[in-house]
Amino acid sequence: MKIVVLVKQVPDSGAERTLRGDDNTVDRGSADNVINEMDEYAIEEALRIRERAGGEVVVLTVGPERAGESIRKALSMGPDSAVHVTDEAVRGSCAVGTSKVLAAAISQINPDLIVCGAESTDARGQLIPHMIAERLGIAALTGARKLTVDGPALTIERQTEDGYEVVSAAMPAVVSVWDTINEPRYPSFKGIMAAKKKPVATRSLADLGVPAAEVGFDGATSVVVEHGKRPPRQAGNKITDSGDGGVKLVEFLASEKLV
Amino acid sequence: MAEVLVVVEAAPATGVKKVTLELLTIARALGEPSAVVLGAPGAATAVQDKLAEFGARTIYAVQSEDLDAYLVAPKATALADLITAVSPAAVLLAASQEGKEIAGRLAIKLGNGILTDVVGLDASGVATQLAFAGSTVVKSRVTKGIPLVTLRPNSVTPVPAPASPVLENVAVEVAENDKLARVLNRVAERKGSRPELTEASIVVSGGRGVGSADNFKLVEELADLVGGAVGASRAAVDSGFYPHQFQVGQTGKTVSPQLYLALGISGAIQHRAGMQTSKTIVAVNKDDEAPIFELADFGVVGDLFKVVPRATEAIRERRG
Ligand SMILES: Cc1cc2nc3c(=O)[nH]c(=O)nc-3n(C[C@H](O)[C@H](O)[C@H](O)COP(=O)(O)OP(=O)(O)OC[C@H]3O[C@@H](n4cnc5c(N)ncnc54)[C@H](O)[C@@H]3O)c2cc1C
Ligand SMILES: Cc1cc2nc3c(=O)[nH]c(=O)nc-3n(C[C@H](O)[C@H](O)[C@H](O)COP(=O)(O)OP(=O)(O)OC[C@H]3O[C@@H](n4cnc5c(N)ncnc54)[C@H](O)[C@@H]3O)c2cc1C
Repeated sequence: MKIVVLVKQVPDSGAERTLRGDDNTVDRGSADNVINEMDEYAIEEALRIRERAGGEVVVLTVGPERAGESIRKALSMGPDSAVHVTDEAVRGSCAVGTSKVLAAAISQINPDLIVCGAESTDARGQLIPHMIAERLGIAALTGARKLTVDGPALTIERQTEDGYEVVSAAMPAVVSVWDTINEPRYPSFKGIMAAKKKPVATRSLADLGVPAAEVGFDGATSVVVEHGKRPPRQAGNKITDSGDGGVKLVEFLASEKLV
Repeated sequence: MAEVLVVVEAAPATGVKKVTLELLTIARALGEPSAVVLGAPGAATAVQDKLAEFGARTIYAVQSEDLDAYLVAPKATALADLITAVSPAAVLLAASQEGKEIAGRLAIKLGNGILTDVVGLDASGVATQLAFAGSTVVKSRVTKGIPLVTLRPNSVTPVPAPASPVLENVAVEVAENDKLARVLNRVAERKGSRPELTEASIVVSGGRGVGSADNFKLVEELADLVGGAVGASRAAVDSGFYPHQFQVGQTGKTVSPQLYLALGISGAIQHRAGMQTSKTIVAVNKDDEAPIFELADFGVVGDLFKVVPRATEAIRERRG
């Protein structure tokens, strides 16, 4: 079985993040860039499937050159190889464009299964899995907190607002996962050393047969008109409980007409 | 005036979701709102009155057992067909998991731009989004096709505008290629009669400081008393105190209620990502230095096991 895991490099959600003033894209230069956290769970799930069913796991990333650091980190967890799509013309892509590039790269690899995170921590679109499935004409099982693979049959527990749904499909399919699905392994020293020698294929848009005009700023289907910082929230009144903290709290709520 | 399509979300128990009423309210500023009900037969009549109350001029009843039996793909196709038939001025959905997924497929089918998780949309089609944990305001616009947006719940106040909608049945035939992901079962997990987390006007959340699953009763009791939803920090979820679907934050739900009560939550940046656009924030924490106090409109430094029961009692006393 051939499994592709989608890995996006994002600015660390634990630090301050900004958009650039010149072209409204994420300021990656000043950020500490990391693997999108949810994608580590996708990698782990793919590795567990490989352990049971055999086959290979290929990491796929669309992103600038420096995303290569995240690819090596992903490989140190255990995948076999990676494909890095990097092309100046991809910069500024909207989700429609990004999904086009991802779908083209996936078609070339021709996997049985695609595993990805349910959402990215920077844009939080939750769009890519269904967009890819729509483009490739394959099933999407999204928001999985549990995945069972039985031959070509896939069954997930899909997390919903008030519980879960059991959804099934046959491969080929896209499965997106939440962080409740497993506990990602830490890369071992051996894994880190091995990752340095694993093959990483670099692909340009031309290699994928995607016209540059259909992605990036040129092909974008939406545009950021302006952006700015919101003023940070101000701290209000703080009291120390000396027996009447609960009552004071309720007095505050009442004064704001909240109870 | 051009039609604006609003995709309806409803729950069997509680009816039309508040976010749908918000969408109808916004739609009125853009054109004539039409509600689209995508579901099993009978779904549209069940919600008709509410949609009328909030100004729907037309209700498109797009109904088939198949729309419920498979994951989003048939709904996206049916909606795309309707859009092609009526050429609306805009299409609005809820920024729920399903709303985003339908919109994503739609964008590909129609070659249309999409703006997700917007908190506002003006008459010229410019949307407001809050990025990076609510720290950045972004104004954006679709440049290819019509405005296709998903709205974050609790972004606007729903305003009634009674209308007498026409119910139009729309025939659907689901293609084999949209039947790839079959829903075998839907399972509800415990929630009681509480409002949905993202829609609630009050959210009472507990963190690691709550200490145990059993102690979460304290959080639930206060939430029920004020008609709120219960939320939890990731540490509380990871410790098994409360189920994951109630997690608030970067990797959980984004909430924007009138009141957010944080009990035993330190206020890590990833937690703040999910709640800092709340109108009023109140925190109880025994650590005077907890970062949650930096954004709390009212903070109590103290032991939540003393403060919360006393607050609960005080609310009961007030109500007599
Ligand atoms: C703050 C912000 C807001 C944005 N808003 C919009 C918007 O409203 N509309 C719009 O069209 N675009 C938007 N974009 C652009 C969009 O985020 C990018 O095109 C992005 O690469 C794909 O969307 P996502 O990150 O939301 O993916 P999601 O659908 O949230 O990601 C799901 C999974 O897809 C995979 N994945 C996503 N991107 C990549 C990648 N580049 N390489 C490998 N795997 C990947 C990962 O496994 C990820 O976990 C926004 C970007 C930012 C920074
Ligand atoms: C990529 C990533 C994504 C994340 N996503 C999320 C997310 O979605 N949501 C989220 O919440 N976190 C998220 N986190 C985790 C986040 O960084 C924090 O670890 C988490 O929010 C801490 O939860 P907490 O405040 O409940 O626990 P702690 O930080 O342990 O705080 C517990 C607090 O309770 C107080 N306390 C203890 N006992 C009492 C008492 N008796 N009375 C009053 N106060 C008491 C303590 O003083 C302390 O401040 C994420 C982290 C990462 C790296």
